[in-house]
Amino acid sequence: MQTQNTAQSNDVLLEARNLNKFYGPFHALEDVSMELKKGDIKVICGPSGSGKSTLIRCMNFLEIPEQGDVIFKGEKVEDSAKSLRALRSQMCMVFQSFNLYPHLTILENCTLAPIWVNKTPRKEAEEQAMHHLERVKIANQANKYPSQLSGGQQQRVAIARGLTMNPEVILFDEPTSALDPEMIKEVLDVMISLGNSGQSMVCVTHEMGFAREVADSVTFMADGQIIETGNPDEFFTNPKTDRAKDFLSHVL
Amino acid sequence: MVVIAFLSTAFIEVARSVPMITVLFVASIMFPFFVPEGVEVDKLLRTIIAVSLFAGAYMAEVIRGGLQAVEPGQYEASAAMGHGYWQSMRFIILPQALRISIPAIVNLFIGFFKDTTLVLVIGLFDLLNMVLSATSDPKWLGFEVEGYVFAAAVYFIFCFSMGHYSRRLEAKQKQR
Ligand SMILES: Nc1ncnc2c1ncn2[C@@H]1O[C@H](COP(=O)(O)OP(=O)(O)OP(=O)(O)O)[C@@H](O)[C@H]1O
Ligand SMILES: [Mg+2]
Repeated sequence: MQTQNTAQSNDVLLEARNLNKFYGPFHALEDVSMELKKGDIKVICGPSGSGKSTLIRCMNFLEIPEQGDVIFKGEKVEDSAKSLRALRSQMCMVFQSFNLYPHLTILENCTLAPIWVNKTPRKEAEEQAMHHLERVKIANQANKYPSQLSGGQQQRVAIARGLTMNPEVILFDEPTSALDPEMIKEVLDVMISLGNSGQSMVCVTHEMGFAREVADSVTFMADGQIIETGNPDEFFTNPKTDRAKDFLSHVL
Repeated sequence: MVVIAFLSTAFIEVARSVPMITVLFVASIMFPFFVPEGVEVDKLLRTIIAVSLFAGAYMAEVIRGGLQAVEPGQYEASAAMGHGYWQSMRFIILPQALRISIPAIVNLFIGFFKDTTLVLVIGLFDLLNMVLSATSDPKWLGFEVEGYVFAAAVYFIFCFSMGHYSRRLEAKQKQR
């Protein structure tokens, strides 16, 4: 029994346990629990304002949940500098609005955290950054500034910047929502290839094609609660709840 | 931390709510009443310290504005990448905040540069006041205009080049 328990908790990488988050009187997350196994890709979808961003931001403590725990690799995350550094150096986040550092070049964007957070020597950090920039097919732009790139290119740089920390998990918060249609594909392709290489990810996205192709599970949220979770084919073709049916009829 | 924040706010609010002349009077006339007998601080030094603190309060407000103008996403991205408070300030937030503040900082500099003339009221002489007193010197008789034109030229060159430099910095920043 004991051994079985440890075996189980070993392959759960990231877990949210009964999270509650309030903004003033507003209950943004109500008792939300989810877990992510190593190598899993989880897609979260739901209508605007349902708390998807809040949930994913609680995962790396950009928002601090009032109640409930986030457990990363079997350890409870505390709101202390040490615990957060440990968490965030193994987890990265890709934002809807890219949030690259505009005053630094693409290469500098990708070496800052390795050099100062992980204390990697500069030369090594640059080599690794170039490697990751190649992975997202943007190495030839390494010396430009973010504003000189298109939205899709910037988002791929943001993914590369995250990869330089060799994250256990990547959190995506609507990575393609701010992009023109023709750029969405280049970002999704990168995400799909990451998924195929075994990268664990949590993605808030409405890209159903992406969800169908690589996701291991889809979680549907509404009004701060998880309404249903299922495997992608089941969820898209035959959702269990009326809320989900209603949502899908609007999105698809 | 809370204490420091409170003291800073109090200092900034007070400094910004009194005119510079008051600060100069306090430094030159009132200050000696508050220090024990026998302690002498040079008048020029006192004035410089007073004006620096006064300017510092304004500068603090300008930089606070710059910090607030940095996109919240930048704070979030740096936190999410694992940088702590000091690292994200040093490498991500301050470089952007200071750049945003350049026009306001230069404005302040130009303003204070011209305000130095006010030190006349406590009996110190700046460039303009020197010219003024020189005109009463018999040797300068007939050269008043030249004196004033020279002073004007000096002020103009300083202020103009500060403004020009600021515009160049802004243009350079826009290229990115
Ligand atoms: N900082 C905040 N202060 C107050 N309310 C907030 C704050 N952030 C989010 N909310 C509220 O919490 C709710 C959930 O927000 P959240 O951003 O998680 O939604 P979402 O599902 O990501 O929506 P979207 O698809 O529009 O991104 C919303 O009703 C929002 O108004
Ligand atoms: Mg959102």
